[in-house]
Parts: sequence; C-alpha cells; structure tokens
Amino acid sequence: MAELFAAGQKPEVLFWVGCAGSFDDRAKKITKAFVQLLNRANVSFAVLGTEESCTGDPAKRAGNEFLFQMQAVTNIEVMNAYGINKIVTACPHCFNTIKNEYPGLGGHYEVVHHTQFLKKLFEDGRITLEGGKFKGKRITYHDPCYLGRANNVYEAPRDLIRKLDAELIEMKSCKEKGLCCGAGGAQMFKEPEKGDKDVNIERTEQALETQPEIIAAGCPFCNTMMTDGVKNKEKEGAIAVMDIAELIASAGDL
Amino acid sequence: MEYLPNILFVIVLIAGIGFFARNVKRLSRNIKLGKDVDVSDNIGQRWKNMAKIALGQTKMVVRPIAGFLHIIVYVGFIIINIEVIEIILDGILGTHRLFAPFGTVYDILIGSFEVLAFLVIVAVTVFWIRRNIIRVKRFLKPEMTGWPKQDGNLILYIELVLMVLFLTMNGADYQLQQMGAAHYTEAGMFPVSQFMAPFFDGMSISSLILVERTAWWLHIIGILCFLNYLYYSKHLHILLAFPNTFYGKLVPKGQFQNLDAVTAEVKLMMDPSADPFAAPAEDAAEPAKFGASDVMDLSWVQLLNSYTCTECGRCTDECPANQTGKKLSPRKIMMDTRDRLEEVGKNIDANKGQFVDDGKQLLDGYITREELWACTTCNACVQACPVSIDPLSIIMDMRQYLVMEQSAAPTDLNNMMGNIENNGAPWPFNQMDRLNWAKEE
Ligand code: SF4
Ligand code: SF4
Repeated sequence: MAELFAAGQKPEVLFWVGCAGSFDDRAKKITKAFVQLLNRANVSFAVLGTEESCTGDPAKRAGNEFLFQMQAVTNIEVMNAYGINKIVTACPHCFNTIKNEYPGLGGHYEVVHHTQFLKKLFEDGRITLEGGKFKGKRITYHDPCYLGRANNVYEAPRDLIRKLDAELIEMKSCKEKGLCCGAGGAQMFKEPEKGDKDVNIERTEQALETQPEIIAAGCPFCNTMMTDGVKNKEKEGAIAVMDIAELIASAGDL
Repeated sequence: MEYLPNILFVIVLIAGIGFFARNVKRLSRNIKLGKDVDVSDNIGQRWKNMAKIALGQTKMVVRPIAGFLHIIVYVGFIIINIEVIEIILDGILGTHRLFAPFGTVYDILIGSFEVLAFLVIVAVTVFWIRRNIIRVKRFLKPEMTGWPKQDGNLILYIELVLMVLFLTMNGADYQLQQMGAAHYTEAGMFPVSQFMAPFFDGMSISSLILVERTAWWLHIIGILCFLNYLYYSKHLHILLAFPNTFYGKLVPKGQFQNLDAVTAEVKLMMDPSADPFAAPAEDAAEPAKFGASDVMDLSWVQLLNSYTCTECGRCTDECPANQTGKKLSPRKIMMDTRDRLEEVGKNIDANKGQFVDDGKQLLDGYITREELWACTTCNACVQACPVSIDPLSIIMDMRQYLVMEQSAAPTDLNNMMGNIENNGAPWPFNQMDRLNWAKEE
C-alpha cells in the first residue's frame, strides 16, 4: 500500500490479509489462492503489509475492550491516512470487526468477505469457470459463525460452490442453525473447558455424516478446526478441508 | 342480601388486580436497577419486530411441533379472554351472559371458544407428555430441577384446570337451557360441552345450578390467581415477550457494543497533545466500572431479558459448548440473572428501599468463570431464542469485568493478548514478517 500511495495510485480494493492469513502456514495458502484469483481478474489491490495489525477481535471477545480499541484506533488511523474506502478480507472475524465495530470508532469502509467479492467478480464476468476438476464432487459447506449468523451471509459461498458444478450437500445443522467450529470468542487461543468432547470434533462428525469428499470453509480458523477434526478421525487421506478461494483457484488448474 | 355475590365479586376482582399491580410495580423497579441504554432508535423496525416475533410467533415455528402447539395455546389464550370480559361484567352487574343479545355472533363466539378450549386441552396434554413421558432433552438439563421443573408442569395443570372449568360451566349451562331453567335463556353454541351431558344425567336443576355457579366462580378466581402467579414464574413471558422483542438487538448479531468509557480513555492515550498528568476535570464522573459482576452493572434491557426468559432451552439446545458437555448453558445465564435480581429486589424491600451489600454477586455466586470462558460467542443462542433474548451480551459483559477489572483471564488468553500488544498478532510472530507469504512459493 505504501508504495502505491507514494506513486499517487489508488487501488480498487484493500485486501485485509489478517493475522491468520499472514502467519499461519495453512491460512497463508488461502491468502495466496485469493491473490491468484485477484490477479486473474485483473483487480488492482493493495495490502497494508507490515502496517497491518490485528483487528483486535480476539481481544474484544476475550473481554479486553482496551486492547481492542487500541488496535482498532491504530488500524483506522493507518487506513484513513491512505483514504481507504473498500476492503476485502478472507477472514470472517476481521470482516465482522471492521464492518460492524470500526465505524463507531471512526473507521467507515465498505467491507466485503472474499466470497462476496468473488461472487461479484463472476457476475461481472471478470473470472469464469467451466466445469473444472471438482465437477460432481461431494462438497459440504461449514458456515462460519461470524459470516453466517453474525452477518447473515449464507448464499455467496454456496453460490460459488455451485459454480464448481459440484454436489453441495448440507449438514444437518447449517445456515442459521450451523454449529460453531469451536474457535470463536478467543477459544482458538486457549484450552477448552472440561466437557465430553471438543466442539470441532462434534462439528466434524456432522460434516462426515454427509460423506463428503471435500469440506469447504470460508474462515481460516474454521479451516484449522475442521482440519484437526478430520485428522482426529483419521480421514485426512480421503477428505480435504479447503477454503472456497482455494477451490475456485484450483478448479481451473491455474 | 341480593347484591352479596356482586359485592363479593368486586372484592375478589379488586384484590386480584391490586395484587397484580403491586407485582408490576416491583417488576419495573427491579428492571430499572439496570443501567440506562438508549433504545429510542428505529422505532418503526422495533414495532415490526414485535409484530413479527411476539405477535406473529415467527421464531416459535422454527421447531414445528412445539411451535404449532404453542400457537394453539397462545391463540386460545388471547381469544378466550374475550369471554373473560363477559364474565367480569356479569360478575359486577349480576347478569348472566350479558352479550347473549348479540345472537348469532354470540353463538359463533361461544362455539369457537369451546373449540379452542378443547384444542388447548389437547396441546397442554401433549406439552405435558413431552416434558414428563418423552422427556425432551432440553427440559432435563441441570438447571431444570426443583422449582423451574415444577413451574413448567404447574402452568400446564393450571391451564388444563381452567379450560375444564370453562367447559363444565358451559356444559351445565347448556343442560339448564335445555331444561328451561329461569335466567338460563337459550344462548350460545356448545359444540364441545354438549358432549358432557352424560355427566349431568339425572341432576336436578338446583344441583346443575350449583355445578354451573361453582365452575364459574372457580374459573374466574383461577384466572386472577394465574395472573398473580406470573411474577413468580417463567410464564411472565406472555406479557414481557412484547416489550422484549420491541427492545431486542437491531444491529448485526456479530456487532458487539463498543464501550464509550474505554473510547474516551483510548482517545486520551493516543492523543499526543494530551497531558497525561493533567488533573481530571472538575466534573469528571467517578471512573466507570468496566463490565459486569452483578445485576446492577447490566443494562435494564438485559434485566428485562431475564424476566422474559421462558426457560424453553432452545438456546441451550443449540449451544456448542453445552452440546459438548461444558457447564455453560445460556438458559442458566438468564435464570441466574433473574434469580439474583429477585434476591437484590428482596434485599431492597427488606432494607427500606436501599440495597445493603449482602456479600454476594452474580459472578461466582451464581455464574461461574468456567461457564463464562466456555462461550465461543457463536450467537447460536441469540438466533434460537423465540423472544429475542441475548444471553451472549451478559457473558461478554462479565468477561469484560474479569479481564479489565480483575485481570483474571485464563493464562492462554493473557499470552494471546500480550502477543497482540507486542506484536500486533495473537501469536508470537514478528510484525516485520507479515508480508512473508508474498515472497514464499
Ligand atoms: S454464543 Fe456462547 S452461550 Fe451462546 S450458543 Fe454460542 S457458545 Fe453458547
Ligand atoms: S433465553 Fe430464550 S431460548 Fe433461552 S431459554 Fe430463555 S426464552 Fe428460551
């Protein structure tokens, strides 16, 4: 972003990579897949790079409003200085926080999730897909809480899966009733409380009931949780956990 | 002596309504113990939500069986109340079936009340079977023992008895009409209670009148008692569902409130021109307590939520933490809040209008930390609640208290927050490596 700004250019959209997308080895692959698609569609985009900092979501959900607001205000200052209007992100937590909680602190942007952004690229004919290698595959989609219930985005990711000509099979609890993967509310960063089972195992079992070949997710944290769940069930050889962006990017064998 | 029944009736009525008014006053006093929140926005949308969710029962039918049965009881309750108007007027004026001159309209009304009363009996029976024979899982959680369990069944018994009394009164009346008893002019249609004839077989007019009068009195006294039972019961939702859906959350579920008190301090810290050693302004309020450890720290809407909760357990049933055996149950969060609020209310009553510290609070006294930390903030409970209750907001406020007032977060979370503070990410990575992905293959 700094380079574009220095050159007096303004990108179409800012890609908010997020901490998982920047640092987590699995999530970095999602980041790269999405960037591939942005390039394929000739979208001019920028990233904040080292000027990006955690949105503060896990701090806020853990109850640390101070730390959250410090993070938020810092990020807003950076983005406002660059005159950012439109943001796309592959993380529903970043999406929710920037879209809903930043405006009250002075950060007003149009924020879309990458599945919504990709859907629009398809609609505008900027990317196309014919058949591809997922044709007829059984894919089940796990709704991230912060995309689905939190923000009522249920259809964009499903529309994209349909574009793959794949067979979309719903789990017994989906959309409004979708079961959490167990990562939200800062749970990702702590050991679970005592119980009979981990949440991600429960959700993985629901996913396995659909006998999928692929479990699709739209969140780097859900991805981790479901991947762990599949490994726990020793099914990692047969079932892949993939982000929607990865599915689209690899469908056409780029 | 002729007016004795009328006088008696008026006394019973005034006592019933008077006692109810006292309960309402106490209820509203307790709710107002909560902090003020501005809910004056989007009035139009709020009315719409109330019409849809409370009046239209849209969220009840997400679970079709319970939803359908509930609509029968709900519609029955509202419509049969038209009959209560006649009963009250009859009682005051000493008349019998005052509205009878409406003729056919009256016949149809009485007829439909009877059908509804019958359907309510069926629905209530099925509800009882679900709770006690089929033992639907969500009614059997640990928080549903003792009073809450009794309360659930008691409501069903009362409704059953009221409907049976209503039909008995009509059945006896119908027989009396057939027999041409004085005052019992032919009026009404009795599609259900006419089949009660075998019970009245061979009874004299005077014993039929006794049955009819007894059922009539017990029915109206029963209704007044039920009205006063509400305050002590989860059945309060029949009144509070309306304001509660009106004041329900309008912003996206994922949007958690930003604390203004924190914003002010953060602004000060970030402002390079602010003098950190400046004396606080004269009018500065005393430093706000962050988050909630007791009911007075919650907002009045959250307290209204707690009184509205009907303990249906749909929230708990959908809760991922609860489903996997954790202690957290969003229904329990609501029930605990109400119980503590009642305790505080009683404390105030006992101490001449002043709350005297009782060494207890909602946190630890009712809701444990283990429950609070098990929440994934997934909003499943908020989505599931048929009367727009937000258990998650209470969990979040209490977490804020734990972290900001007590620094009592689990160690893992403290590490995570330390990382954000130092590295701008929840993991211990170097901020300068943020763009490394772009260079990797
Ligand atoms: S938000 Fe928390 S309490 Fe509510 S359903 Fe999810 S995990 Fe349970
Ligand atoms: S909070 Fe709502 S869903 Fe949960 S028990 Fe109470 S009324 Fe039912």
